[in-house]
Amino acid sequence: MTEMSKVVRTITSLSFPFILIYGLYVIAHGHLTPGGGFQGGAIVASALAMIIVAFGSKWVLDRIKEKNISLLESVGAICFILLAFFGLTYADPVFFKNFVVDNPYLFGQVVTDNAANINTAGVIPLMNFAVGLKVIAGLFVIVLVLAYASTAMEGKK
Amino acid sequence: MIYNIPFIAVAALILIGLYAVVFKRNLIKIVIGITLIECGVNLFLITLGYREGGIAPIFTNLPSGTSATMALPVPQALTLTSIVIGVAVLALMLALVVHIYRHYNTLDAREVRRLKE
Amino acid sequence: MDKRTIIGSIFFTIVLVFILFAMLMTHPFGDISESDMDDTIIENCQEETGANNAVTSVVFDYRGFDTLGEATILFTAVAGVILIFRRVLHD
Repeated sequence: MTEMSKVVRTITSLSFPFILIYGLYVIAHGHLTPGGGFQGGAIVASALAMIIVAFGSKWVLDRIKEKNISLLESVGAICFILLAFFGLTYADPVFFKNFVVDNPYLFGQVVTDNAANINTAGVIPLMNFAVGLKVIAGLFVIVLVLAYASTAMEGKK
Repeated sequence: MIYNIPFIAVAALILIGLYAVVFKRNLIKIVIGITLIECGVNLFLITLGYREGGIAPIFTNLPSGTSATMALPVPQALTLTSIVIGVAVLALMLALVVHIYRHYNTLDAREVRRLKE
Repeated sequence: MDKRTIIGSIFFTIVLVFILFAMLMTHPFGDISESDMDDTIIENCQEETGANNAVTSVVFDYRGFDTLGEATILFTAVAGVILIFRRVLHD
């Protein structure tokens, strides 16, 4: 689809960072407030769909090849599976074991009261980031390919 | 019977979606009907997991001493998976509809039946 | 086309009667029976997983295998969409 007017493009460029910050906040605080990987990924993907609508799918596809973004999605899926397989290297092997629960460095503090402490909950925030990256890249590629394919055929009749 | 209103909303969503799938000829309207049936089923899954006077199952900043029961967390987790499956099915259906329009140049579900030379 | 409309109306009426009858005969909204699994999850989710959110601990820790299947479905959907429009994207 062709691009929209200058007012729409300016407002989209101004409001794009705020939606990104809100989406990343929802992904990162998935173990304390309602949210998580899938919900935050949908928020950031809707911001990227706003970019596609305002600037035109041909403009976006000239700068970003879709095979680079689908490579990012595969990286997210591989990280998720690696985090699941680390639980198998312990003494009593359990698939999907929560293995960072007791160290004080990386997301390891034990939760004692009902306060909102982000340094808790083991392997769950790492899985949130992996799934969030996968959902962002996947939904962006779907919207971009469908938008480009439904305008490219108007010149072929 | 007035207390079953969420179940009646589920029945209304499924029946409107089924009417659009059976009686309409435009391909986009059939795809919208399938999405409406999927939304009705997701609402039914959520409605099964509510306890009387329950709050959300989150412990952050909960004042200690409140004796309120919590809603069940497992149906909410299953509904998350079901919503993502619905998005994947909708994306593939729309890609096929765009591909059919490129080839046949019409969106009528009763014209796209024969193999076109 | 008339035979198609008659068969469609009969099928739609049967499903309408069945669904309305089923939705009026379920339990009242909010009055479920005992559920031991969910009570155990709510009581033990703060010590075992360390998260303050019961729904996230169910999605990623108690039932992480379902999330693995869902990630596979997302990957399959993206692969299918790119596969259909392969010739359009490479001109």
